[in-house]
Order: sequence, then structure tokens, then C-alpha cells
Amino acid sequence: MYAFTYHRPATARQAASLLARKEDAKLLAGGHTLLPTMKQRLASPGALVDLGSCADLRGIARKGRNLVIGAMATHAEVAASPEVREAIPALAYLAGHIGDPHVRNRGTIGGSVANNDPAADYPAALLALGATVVTNKRKLPAGEFFTGLYETALEEGEIIVKVSFPVASRAGYAKFRNPASRYALVGVFVAKRGGEIAVAVTGAGEGGVFRWPEAEAALRARFAPKSLDGLAHTAKGINSDIHADAEYRAHLIGVMAKQAVAQATGKA
Amino acid sequence: MANLSMTVNGKPVTANVDPRTLLVQFLREHLRLTGTHVGCDTSQCGACVVHLDGKAVKACTTLALSCEGASVTTIEGLADGTALHPMQEAFREHHGLQCGFCTPGMIMSAVDIVNRRGHDLDEKTIREDLDGNICRCTGYHNIVKAIAAGAAAMAGGSVKDPVPPRQAAE
Repeated sequence: MYAFTYHRPATARQAASLLARKEDAKLLAGGHTLLPTMKQRLASPGALVDLGSCADLRGIARKGRNLVIGAMATHAEVAASPEVREAIPALAYLAGHIGDPHVRNRGTIGGSVANNDPAADYPAALLALGATVVTNKRKLPAGEFFTGLYETALEEGEIIVKVSFPVASRAGYAKFRNPASRYALVGVFVAKRGGEIAVAVTGAGEGGVFRWPEAEAALRARFAPKSLDGLAHTAKGINSDIHADAEYRAHLIGVMAKQAVAQATGKA
Repeated sequence: MANLSMTVNGKPVTANVDPRTLLVQFLREHLRLTGTHVGCDTSQCGACVVHLDGKAVKACTTLALSCEGASVTTIEGLADGTALHPMQEAFREHHGLQCGFCTPGMIMSAVDIVNRRGHDLDEKTIREDLDGNICRCTGYHNIVKAIAAGAAAMAGGSVKDPVPPRQAAE
């Protein structure tokens, strides 16, 4: 690691001010991507602003028709939260299958979303559930937030404060995970809210998380795993790497989508 | 350099550290608590697992400064004087180690599993929750047995005659 100065603000407001004042500053959430990247010297921020003491970035609460999760809520907290398990059980399931127990005790929803790793789990949930990312400056719908590989609509000095999820009537998540990294080789999140159906795919796209409109149309006719019979995703635009080629991943999208619908309809 | 204070194994400690210092470096190199190991240094293997405010974390992927004011428990903090912690005793009794390198992390994870899931652990639960700990010697058979026994022993049960994990699952 290259040298950096360390700052530990107590509020998101103080964090924003440090971020603006310090040269080449980066936010540190759970640190489970940033610290390994710094160890490899792929990142060398001049200053780290640790959000670990910002109490205003924590907390999970049901607010009317929305489930609101603070940016610094850990994966373990989301997985175990009675509010999440009651409102959107598939989201608790997703959080409980990120990494391993130790990673889940440090990694945060805000960190995961801000990093937008193309194989991360949360982006699929945000996109399928139609979540809103609330920053210290504005509110961004998930569909506008994720803009590409490790790219988001976040601007310099912008901090994610919380993520608000409209409560879905049905939701399910299935992932085929890489056994070593535990990231999604392919992960599919399906959500049904009234007549609205969304299918979001992570791990597979060359440009990161994306929606699968053909599957959504098929599920609109009938929300059941069978509706996806015979529907195959094209291998075009799908990642190929040492873990799986594009054809294999494309096939997995269909398989995971069916499993996710089965989970959402209680047939898993 | 920055000032740091935390509680390690019940004792208050203070130091002046480079911000780059990882929790595991602080424990090993500053406090000479070398029971916490560095295996992969990439948050995969779990040899560096300690408890941070009661929760198991990988000390190789946590900055020491992030632990300001926190309470840290390492493998050295488990035993009560010369009496081993029931989980340590169970690992000894059930031969839950070969070379021993992964053992401190295994035991800290095992105690964390008991804290989260209680004393009656089936084999599936133990294996799933050991996802973040890697043993390169032999495999996990005796480790899983030791954890089931240790979990029961932590509730005051017998370490020597544990319910075999498979049976407990049924």
C-alpha cells in the first residue's frame, strides 16, 4: 500500500467536507474491495475518509411502502434484519449469500453499490426492485445509477446515504457463484410489484448489471417458472473469462431466472 | 502516523501507527500477539479471523485505525489462564488440526458460529458457515466434528461424547 492520510468523520456531512478538502480522497466503507485494491497498488488514494463512525449512515427501517437501508448497513445486518426479512425476504437471502460470514460482517450495501462490480449481487436487487439511491445531494433511480463496469452516476464528492426499496409483492434471487470468490458467475433477481415485473441480471453482462426484457414479457403473461421454458438469452454482450465463456453464462441466465421465479413463488 | 487506542483481549492498548497498518499487523507486530496468522492476505483463507466488537472479521482486510475504540478478541484471549476454552479443548480432543496454521482462525470462526447460531449445530450449518476458512492439510472432517462438540461444550455439555454431527442433523 502507498501512504495515505486517514480521517474518521462522525457524520456524512463531515465526510463530504473532508472529501471535498483532501487531495485525492476516497471513501472507505467496509473496505473489502478498496483495501485489497490498495494492497495490490491498483489504487493509491492520498486520503481515506472512513465512514465507519457515521451513525447517520446506519440503520434499517420500514417506512410506509419502502424499506430504507442505510449505506453503512453491513451484509450481515441486512441478512439478519427482521424488517428486511419481513418486507423483502429475497433481499435478506441475497445479503446472506455475499462472500462469507466474515466478509458480511464488514462489507456494506453502500460500498457494494458505489463500486458496481459487474459480479456483485446488490446491483441486481436494486435494478429489479426499482430502488432509489439517496445521496447527500440527490435521489437517483437504480436504472440511472448503474452506468457501466464499475461506473455509476455518482459525482465527485457525492456520498450514498441510503437505499430505498419499494416493497415488492414477490421477489426472488438465484445465483450461480464462483466457488473461490463467491461472486456471482450469474445472478438473477426477479421482482413483481403489482403488474410490474423486472428481471435483473448480474455477473454476466459486459457492461455490468442489466434487465432482460424478454423474460419480463414472458413473466407478465404468467408469473411462474414455466413461463420461461424455451426462452434463451443471447450470448452477445455476455462476459467470457477463465471462469465461464459467454455461451455458458448465457445459458445460466435462463437457469438462474427460473430458480429465482421459483423462489419468488414459493416453489423453490 | 496516527494515535490509536482499543481494547485487546480485555486490556486497553494505545499506539502510534502508520495509517496503512492492518489490524493483523497491529496485533502481530506491535502487540506481538502472533496467534492470529496471515495466510492469503486477500480475505479468502480466514487464518486472520478475530472478533471485532464480538463479530468475526478478517484482520488482514481491516485497518487498525478503523478499530479505534473497539474491543478485539484474538485466539490468545479465549483461554481462561491455563484452562483452554471449550472450543480449543474440542479441537484438541477431536484432532481438529494437522499443521495448525489455520487453527486460530478456525476456532475464532467456530466461536462466532456458536454466538450466532447457538449450541446445537448440525454438520450442514457448520460447513456452510466455515465458508471463509480454508484448511490446506487434510480437509474438514475433524474440524467439523470438533466444532459440533465445542459448541455443545460451550453450553456446558460434554466435550468427550458429543452427538455426531450427522446424527444431530437428522
